[in-house]
Amino acid sequence: MSDLKKQIIEQLNLQDIKPEDIGDDQPLFVDGLGLDSIDALELIVLLQQHYKIKLSNAEDGPKVFKSVRTIAEYITAHQNQVA
Amino acid sequence: MAEKNAYISASCVISNNTVYKNKQVVFENKGAVLPDFLTSVYQHFAWKYPKYYKMDNLSKLGWAAAEILLQGSDIEKYPPEDVGLILSNANASLDTDTRYFETTKDIASPALFVYTLPNITTGEICIRHKFKGENAFFVFEKFDPGFLHQYVNNLLNNDTLQACICGWVDVLQEDYKVLLVLVESNGNAGNTAERFTKENIENLYSLHNG
Repeated sequence: MSDLKKQIIEQLNLQDIKPEDIGDDQPLFVDGLGLDSIDALELIVLLQQHYKIKLSNAEDGPKVFKSVRTIAEYITAHQNQVA
Repeated sequence: MAEKNAYISASCVISNNTVYKNKQVVFENKGAVLPDFLTSVYQHFAWKYPKYYKMDNLSKLGWAAAEILLQGSDIEKYPPEDVGLILSNANASLDTDTRYFETTKDIASPALFVYTLPNITTGEICIRHKFKGENAFFVFEKFDPGFLHQYVNNLLNNDTLQACICGWVDVLQEDYKVLLVLVESNGNAGNTAERFTKENIENLYSLHNG
């Protein structure tokens, strides 16, 4: 999950934040890391660019992007499907 | 419509890797490329506004200049609806438009797309300072102090605004120039304040050409 945190920091330009500052289960939006709707779109781009995964159902977004752990689980599940 | 005595209460110029507040150098970082210079400005003034990093260069320039311009001012004494923001430049958001266009060859960047309008810069400043007065971003071939003076003076004279930040925020690649002035209707006529005239705006713009 450390690599994923680095990718999120780079993709979202979170220059004041280090990977270790982001908890595995810390909420990413609103009261957590404070990400916004544009960041959500950038996370979708990250999944496409780095993992060739397209978020098939937009309504899954809040569940998938809840925390770094939920994103990692989604990547693992869908990379296995691609493979 | 009674003509009011509008004054330039403060000015900020960012040009040639140097930041000036009221004609005095307050920071410089010669030799740095623009993105690094803008980061060094943020770090030098120890701002706590992570959104800055996500802004494009145009918004960073405008936001940073407004931050420095308003430092030490008592702008919050005015109702938010009475503070306006009138900006102008020559290249609109072309700097970011071209960067965004490059990303569309692969996967278009939403974070860049949201900055493909120059008036996003006015929005970033208004959000930061909670200004709700008249705001606009005009695009001219070159700096037009006569237009700025006439437009802002009209807003002050007809009581649409009590205070206005106005000026020039322009960038294209490494070429940039910013001049912001804080104008107050019946403002501070103290020793340091200058009358808000076309000539004084022009002088401030020309003063730090480098």
